[in-house]
Amino acid sequence: MDQIDQLESKSIHILREAYREFKSLCMLWSIGKDSTVMLWLARKAFFGHVPIPLVHIDTAFKIPAMIQYRDEMALKWGLNMIYGQNIKALQEKKTFPDGAIDRLSCCKALKSEALKHTLSGEWDRWRLNHTSGQYEVDKNREPYTGVIVGVRADEEGSRSKERYFSPRDKESDWDVDDQPPELWTYYKTDFAPGSHVRIHPLLDWTELNLWEYIEREKIPVVDLYFDRGEGTRYRSLGCMPCTTPVESTATTVSEIVEELRSGKFSNVAERSGRAQDKDDGGGLETLRRGGYM
Amino acid sequence: MTTTAIESAPRDKNTTRDHMDVVIVGHVDHGKSTVIGRLMADTGSLPEGKLEQVKAMCAANARPFEYAFLLDALKNEQAQGITIDTARCFFKSKKRNYIIHDAPGHIEFLKNMVTGAARAEAALLVIDAGEGVQENSKRHGYMVSMLGVKQIAVLVNKMDIVGYSQDTFNQIQDEYLTFLDRLGVHPTAIIPVSARNGKNIITYAEEMPWYTGMTVLDQVDAFQKLRDDSAKTFRMPVQDIYKFTAQGDDRRVVSGTISTGVIKVGDEVLFLPSGKESVVKTIEGFNLPQQSEAVAGQATGVTLTAQIYIKAGELMCKKGDPQPLVSRRFRANLFWMGRAPMIKEKQYKLKIGATNVPAELADVISVLDASELSTVESKQQVDRHDVAEIIIEARRPVAYDRRNDLEPTGRFVIVDDYEISGAGVILDEVGDDESVMMEQIREREFTWEIGHISGEKRASRNRNQGKLIVLHGVYGCSKRRVAKRLEQVLFEQGYHTYYFGISNYFEELDHDNRVREMGRELHLQKLGDLARVMADAGIMLITTVADADDFDLDNLRRMNEPNDLFVVNIGENVFTSFPIDVQLQYRPDVEMAVKTIINKLRERQILLD
Repeated sequence: MDQIDQLESKSIHILREAYREFKSLCMLWSIGKDSTVMLWLARKAFFGHVPIPLVHIDTAFKIPAMIQYRDEMALKWGLNMIYGQNIKALQEKKTFPDGAIDRLSCCKALKSEALKHTLSGEWDRWRLNHTSGQYEVDKNREPYTGVIVGVRADEEGSRSKERYFSPRDKESDWDVDDQPPELWTYYKTDFAPGSHVRIHPLLDWTELNLWEYIEREKIPVVDLYFDRGEGTRYRSLGCMPCTTPVESTATTVSEIVEELRSGKFSNVAERSGRAQDKDDGGGLETLRRGGYM
Repeated sequence: MTTTAIESAPRDKNTTRDHMDVVIVGHVDHGKSTVIGRLMADTGSLPEGKLEQVKAMCAANARPFEYAFLLDALKNEQAQGITIDTARCFFKSKKRNYIIHDAPGHIEFLKNMVTGAARAEAALLVIDAGEGVQENSKRHGYMVSMLGVKQIAVLVNKMDIVGYSQDTFNQIQDEYLTFLDRLGVHPTAIIPVSARNGKNIITYAEEMPWYTGMTVLDQVDAFQKLRDDSAKTFRMPVQDIYKFTAQGDDRRVVSGTISTGVIKVGDEVLFLPSGKESVVKTIEGFNLPQQSEAVAGQATGVTLTAQIYIKAGELMCKKGDPQPLVSRRFRANLFWMGRAPMIKEKQYKLKIGATNVPAELADVISVLDASELSTVESKQQVDRHDVAEIIIEARRPVAYDRRNDLEPTGRFVIVDDYEISGAGVILDEVGDDESVMMEQIREREFTWEIGHISGEKRASRNRNQGKLIVLHGVYGCSKRRVAKRLEQVLFEQGYHTYYFGISNYFEELDHDNRVREMGRELHLQKLGDLARVMADAGIMLITTVADADDFDLDNLRRMNEPNDLFVVNIGENVFTSFPIDVQLQYRPDVEMAVKTIINKLRERQILLD
């Protein structure tokens, strides 16, 4: 087994453990390459099936191609697709693009708050109806007690401290100072009522590993990652107003792999195009303690 | 088009670089973070601009720059000035890629250190040349070896503070090697360094010409990949059994991650503790060509030629291989991290392989002070940060290996109040004779005072013996309808009988869950106790049980002695050794079923006319 095989097996093991131990489980799918690889790993773990609902937090400012790709894949792979949204903030135009608040507060409202209330079932969730192709309000309001998230330890400082199974309290807060031990193949799968556990199957992967895996498995990813003739491409996907593409002429997965392995990005941080990180002192910590993914 | 089909060349195995997990441990403030900061900076492994960013942050806060700040990415951690968690740092040498787990040195955070060390193939143990060998230098040395890390390099750091003195180095070397030797641990190297000044990290130090060994980077590159678990005896804990029916999928896939060995199509396999046997029909995968074998470390799944009834949590083995041990009790070395001590007569959850079972601390043989290696034999509990030799008793038998025979299947953890609180390695099995459960039964029987009416007298007046009648079968097999009708018919014929319906609650719990509910084990225990009283009072206690195995029935019989057990099985017979009294088909005709059962009760002279 090479390193990619090892990473794949470990992730599958974690996904299966989550599926076995958590009754109310969901997987966050941001449409980005990381959570798309995670979705692929779920298909590996469950032999072509995805027995876990996928939850997307739609800020309404995502790049339109992302939403189109999400729905195409959901229909094609028969996914149990759900999205949540901070309707109130959007209706009252209390967002950064509307000029009402700063970037960090916007992330908090449209992502952290929306996520928290979508997971708890307090706010409406919309589920894809595979017959009509439309989203409908989901009748199930059960809180999710296990939430699978595609964060990686190499992304930035606070994520490097994460566990594979990471508890969150009633307020979705992360107590980074007091994390459970995790050893061998044993994880924290017991949790007090009201709390939930974030599950991180991709923790040990690097950005390069992901692209190598995408190349090897031929995983379809949204084409925003490739240069479409303008000499730029997205390296990390987020909301339109806060994500800028990087200069790159990579048009294929192998060109991206090359760029990361020894080319122009081999030493440049992946989230350099994400504005909110800089506003948070480079650490994402304020956001993550409050429930940001 | 929003998706991109990928055209790629066939994968060249050589382009994927070798990879290794290394943990760095040691007493607080001995300079672990500085060592890593140096390794990352000097090998050019930092993201562009990171060094400048941290330097600028230091300047803005009027603090001198230190390499350790590179790792202390979290704000509160910088405030405290100590590493509070296992941070993963990535660095690359010419030879391979590394993940360094930076484990905290503070005793408060020992559980974080354990988390880091359990992931590692090799360890760097840092000792401050100025302070010398400290408590956690010793404790960490012990923990790392207990957790199974075989390759250890000791770094004597801050050599600049002691003027690069060879004498100081030799003194620390002698003291520490003597300590490790008592543990049977032999470090691969012991290296004098100054991480702050970059001495002997990746280049040799002119200041220490007397040192002729490798630099830290060369030593790290010299660590060996150990993972040749495929050559060992085959073991796979069964994590789950999948049967997804979507799109006409009719596979029943026994899934798990192979801990050791290799499995091939056609291999005869055995599942323990149930003892069920079958043959591997296929090895399953998704987006893979057809496979004929799977190897250690692989998360895989197999289908079997014969459909056998097994549940998640069993250990899959190969017939003809050395077999794992199966018992309820074992002796182990345990490291305790829980806030509350581990005590006797309290129920914990034992996680071993892919199974979870209730378990108790049966005995404390000795407690070791890990920093002094002195043994305390009088202690009867295990306190936080203690390392102890103990006996664990599980409520049902588990399958495992001795740690010295097969390491991965010889490891377990103990969960207390939702938290993983103990980690252990199994030394050997212990017989069941002295078990807590048998002791409880003996005690019960000893204090049981018998009245003037003998069992025979009671039976002859009642026209029936006291008995526990168990109707067993899967959810929805009609066992409750049969049980209730049986009570009614027996009652109408004048017999002494009672239908006990509490089991239904547990059945519904279990039906939802792929994992056995902890409460269920306790319920069976209580049922056994209750049956003992009711049967002694001359009553035929009728109850239903779902999803039991040989052990459950044996246990009920033992709890109920001397009154014994009468078992009616409905549907597939999942028992390999326990004798069934009446076997009925799935969803039988209720009247016929009751008639069959009553005939058998007469034949057995449980009904006396």
